[in-house]
Amino acid sequence: MSFVQSFLASTLRILVPLVAQSITGAKARWQGCKPELRQRVYFANHGSHGDFLLIWSALPEALRPMTWPVVGADYWNKGGVRRFLIRNVFRAVTVERESQGERRVALEHLNEALDENGSLILFPEGTRNTSDTQLLPFKSGLYHLAVANPHVEFVPVWIENIRRVLPKGDILPVPLLCSVTFGEPISVGEAEKKSDFLERAQNAVVALAPRDGKESTP
Amino acid sequence: MDPAHYLLFGIFAILAISTFVGNMLARRQLASGPNPVIKNLNARIKSWWFMITLVVVAFLAGLPGMIILFGLASFASLREFLSLLHTKRSDHLALWVSFFVILPLQYYWIVIDWYGVFSIFMPVYAFVALPIVAVLRGDPNRYMQRVAEVQWALMTCVYCVSHVPALMTLKLSDQSTNPALLIFFLLIVAQGSDVLQYIFGKLLGRRKVAPTLSPSKTWEGLIGGVAGATLLGGSLWWITPFNVPEAMALAFLISMMGFFGGLVMSAIKRDLKVKDWSDMIAGHGGTLDRLDSLVFSAPVFFHVTRYAFTV
Repeated sequence: MSFVQSFLASTLRILVPLVAQSITGAKARWQGCKPELRQRVYFANHGSHGDFLLIWSALPEALRPMTWPVVGADYWNKGGVRRFLIRNVFRAVTVERESQGERRVALEHLNEALDENGSLILFPEGTRNTSDTQLLPFKSGLYHLAVANPHVEFVPVWIENIRRVLPKGDILPVPLLCSVTFGEPISVGEAEKKSDFLERAQNAVVALAPRDGKESTP
Repeated sequence: MDPAHYLLFGIFAILAISTFVGNMLARRQLASGPNPVIKNLNARIKSWWFMITLVVVAFLAGLPGMIILFGLASFASLREFLSLLHTKRSDHLALWVSFFVILPLQYYWIVIDWYGVFSIFMPVYAFVALPIVAVLRGDPNRYMQRVAEVQWALMTCVYCVSHVPALMTLKLSDQSTNPALLIFFLLIVAQGSDVLQYIFGKLLGRRKVAPTLSPSKTWEGLIGGVAGATLLGGSLWWITPFNVPEAMALAFLISMMGFFGGLVMSAIKRDLKVKDWSDMIAGHGGTLDRLDSLVFSAPVFFHVTRYAFTV
């Protein structure tokens, strides 16, 4: 990375959270845990490309450099600007998610990142939720990651409203107020089945929604 | 000296006294342990310094200042309101148009002093345009509810609030009065009524006015607040084109409309299952929690004044 690039990257690292927070008024609510300097996987609902940015901006500045978002390679590797943002500014882990084999490789990348003592921001739904339900079923990667890394805290996170700010397919953002709620960490129980853990993880995320069922159609 | 100078001096004197009293109360209760009411009181007073300074700066900047201040206040309230609604993806364009087309245009009509369009633009053209924008995505699910909610948000946060800076465009029969001071009259009476209701309610409040809508509103607070605000309004006749009885009558009207505005907004908050509109202003809640007493009183005060006191 050239001097200009690294200067630009560090400026953006300060500027982007400020912009994100002023558009969305994003408030961090630490409901089930405190912001601490320890290894964590934050797993959240996914409604927009801006999701990881909101969580990342909601963290205290000291935690940001070691917290890496996990994002889809198909979107973020397209074009120089996106690539610069995702690699140099946010130091994200980009993963392929199309085929079974690619997903296995992706899991390895995540394990490697955790081995380097980083924390991760993860969206276990696998894709942005455009349905009327609050959450899509979680992919099993979250379970495998939790089994392989019992020393890491898995923190459920609910992002409120972001998908109304910029829904999938729309280009004009609407400045609605968003909030990021951090819940109580969960871990895989002894002999807990994969499906049970995933269901528990999903419930932990949905339980943080400020007003239950708001986005569902009656 | 210009009456505005006396007024500004008086406002800051009252603020300084409140800060002094608030600090004294805080010091006295140090011994008996922390008291949330006094803590909240001091947070409120601190935010009042900030809000009043904003209004004074806007006043000194003239019409553009007031347009920017209340335009931003409309923006912040609309944002709080729409954030809590049950809109869907198919409403996205309608929301965008509300923020970035309808809101700026409504304030633009004030800048160019086009009263005719100012008064019918939202009730007629926005009313017709929004359902059209919302229907383009072809989603009939809860259509009626979604469109009506967005329109209510716009009418309260943008249309009603825009009548505050519009007071500056009135051509008063009494030409010696600065119409910008009508804004101070409205704000002082409406907010003064809120503050007096809060004080009387905290000191004497026993019987609740509307327990199902707002737990904090009491008969004692209401009567004391409205009576106090009526007297307060009467005592401000010298900054207005009104005589003392007229000023008192208008102040009574403003504080009653303010009370009902607050009650209606409380009912909406209850319906949406929140306590405050947001937590933007420390001690007060959201912007809309502060503006709720202006939502109904501003257009009524504007039109009564326009009917009876302009050329």
